[in-house]
Amino acid sequence: MPDTHPPIQYVAKNMRLDLRLIGEMVTPGARVLDIGCGDGALLAHLTTTKGADARGIEIDMAEVTEAVANGLAVIHGDADNDLAFYPDAAFDYVILSRTLQAVERPREVLRQMLRIGRHAIVSFPNFGHWQVRWQLLTGGRMPMTGTWHRPWFETPNIHPCSIRDFFDLCALEGYTVEQWLAADENGLRAPWRRSSRLANLFGEQALFLLRRG
Amino acid sequence: MLRHNATPTAMSAPVAPFPQVDHQRAVFTDGLALDCGVTLAGHTVAYRTYGKLNTARSNAVLVCHALTGDQYLAETNPVTGKPGWWDNIVGPDRPLDTNRYFLICANVLGGCMGSTGPREEMTDAEGHGMGRPWGTDFPNITVRDMVRQQKRLVEHLGIDRLLAVVGGSLGGMQALQWAACYPESVFACVPIATAAQHSAQNIAFDEVGRAAIHADPDYRGGRYWEDGRVPAQGLSVARMVAHITYLSEEALQRKFGRKLRGAQTLTLLEDVFEVQSYLRYQGSTFVRRFDANSYLTITRATDYLDIAAEHEGSLARAFAGTATRFFVASFSSDWLYPTSESRHIVRALNAAAANVSFVEFPTDKGHDAFLLEEPEFHRALGGFLAGCAARLGV
Repeated sequence: MPDTHPPIQYVAKNMRLDLRLIGEMVTPGARVLDIGCGDGALLAHLTTTKGADARGIEIDMAEVTEAVANGLAVIHGDADNDLAFYPDAAFDYVILSRTLQAVERPREVLRQMLRIGRHAIVSFPNFGHWQVRWQLLTGGRMPMTGTWHRPWFETPNIHPCSIRDFFDLCALEGYTVEQWLAADENGLRAPWRRSSRLANLFGEQALFLLRRG
Repeated sequence: MLRHNATPTAMSAPVAPFPQVDHQRAVFTDGLALDCGVTLAGHTVAYRTYGKLNTARSNAVLVCHALTGDQYLAETNPVTGKPGWWDNIVGPDRPLDTNRYFLICANVLGGCMGSTGPREEMTDAEGHGMGRPWGTDFPNITVRDMVRQQKRLVEHLGIDRLLAVVGGSLGGMQALQWAACYPESVFACVPIATAAQHSAQNIAFDEVGRAAIHADPDYRGGRYWEDGRVPAQGLSVARMVAHITYLSEEALQRKFGRKLRGAQTLTLLEDVFEVQSYLRYQGSTFVRRFDANSYLTITRATDYLDIAAEHEGSLARAFAGTATRFFVASFSSDWLYPTSESRHIVRALNAAAANVSFVEFPTDKGHDAFLLEEPEFHRALGGFLAGCAARLGV
């Protein structure tokens, strides 16, 4: 059977999570860069509700066109190649929503985010979720869940990580975790804030607010 | 002081006379200081406008034309009889919406459609006419000089700040130069299929065109106007070479392939490939509307362009602290000003913390795509301008 899926570069966004939870983290009037901004729904949301100076980077031409046609400041580019050209501390918040697992060099992307932004907001699907663990353990095959729903040979998600992995990377790089939370696929906040181990088991995705040092 | 509608200098050529056209003009009697050190005592801008300037004078959009374009943006061209060069995107509810914006399009300095240039009457230091065209005595100009002159026109029209400056190719260079020179007068800048400097390859192709003109015996060291001839062969070859750079290999192949004119197979006698015939046509019609000395002057101006060099070698510095909003657009098969040139501009703008949008549109139409039917590009352009207009309350 031919593959009828259009080629996708990054996973689809869960805008409810982006809009509500990320929106809560951004202070009014902030300068914001949304990496992998899609058609700019979050940018529009932050501009209208927070009076933010919001800009975006998106790899998909059709999405960028849509965003620009809606009057949003979005450039056709990608996290791996374009962040290096921004000056230090150009933004208050640099957002990478459900894209970290799909970039070539996640560690370098995070470094760039915290160079050009005072804060980084990062969300990613949690590979430590119990369903993922269970499927691999019992089936012996790459897991396929609501969150991880592309087969291994065509997934754009080349750097999956778990919540605990991400905590480790932050410690390694010396980033301060200002806030973090686990959430289910619909962006409803999950109640495991005290225990990263439990969050890692039951959270389908995670959201972190970081700063340097 | 200003005077409209002077009669252009009479010129004739045995090949094909330039039609006599009265262009709408603004005549400036005060000097225009050029980058080369020369000051033009008086100067003229031929221009057209479309739509109405609002009472706040906040809806003006300057549209800058490319190398061989002119001010006839969206109406029948009085010289060629063809539709305006951007007719397809100008009009009510189109990206350049004449219900909403007041569009201004001026023939560039150095051009041959009524603005001061090699084909117009030469003036002395006091601005008095000398009864002969400038020809090769016209000073070397730069893109910045073109923009300086446009600024005078815009001021003359009573506009302090343009809603946007929009242009493709050389027009895009002018748009960038506007944003660099007069940031407070440009709310939005749309450089399309362009570059902030000419590359060695750009200069090389220009030089082939200029060499062809120089090699034409009718060029006569640039004084061809003395006996009313034009270096048609040379100018035509220049146009043919340039035209190849406007198209992609793919577009040429799709359009012409190896098709023959009036034959199915090669005879090895007098075969003419369709592509040959097409280029010859492009060359022959061009010489009927364009002045060779203008061609030399404008191509040199584009070769001189290096906006970074004008700002201590840093393109980002040219836009430091700018409040102008930018929309940079490129086309995937454009090899004259490839996407890498646009990315270079975008990265400099990012480094300057400017508000910038950028899209590379996929197309096989090459550099010319900016003039053709590209719905995605048009949608983005229209949306970007509408967003800027909304922010200004237009």
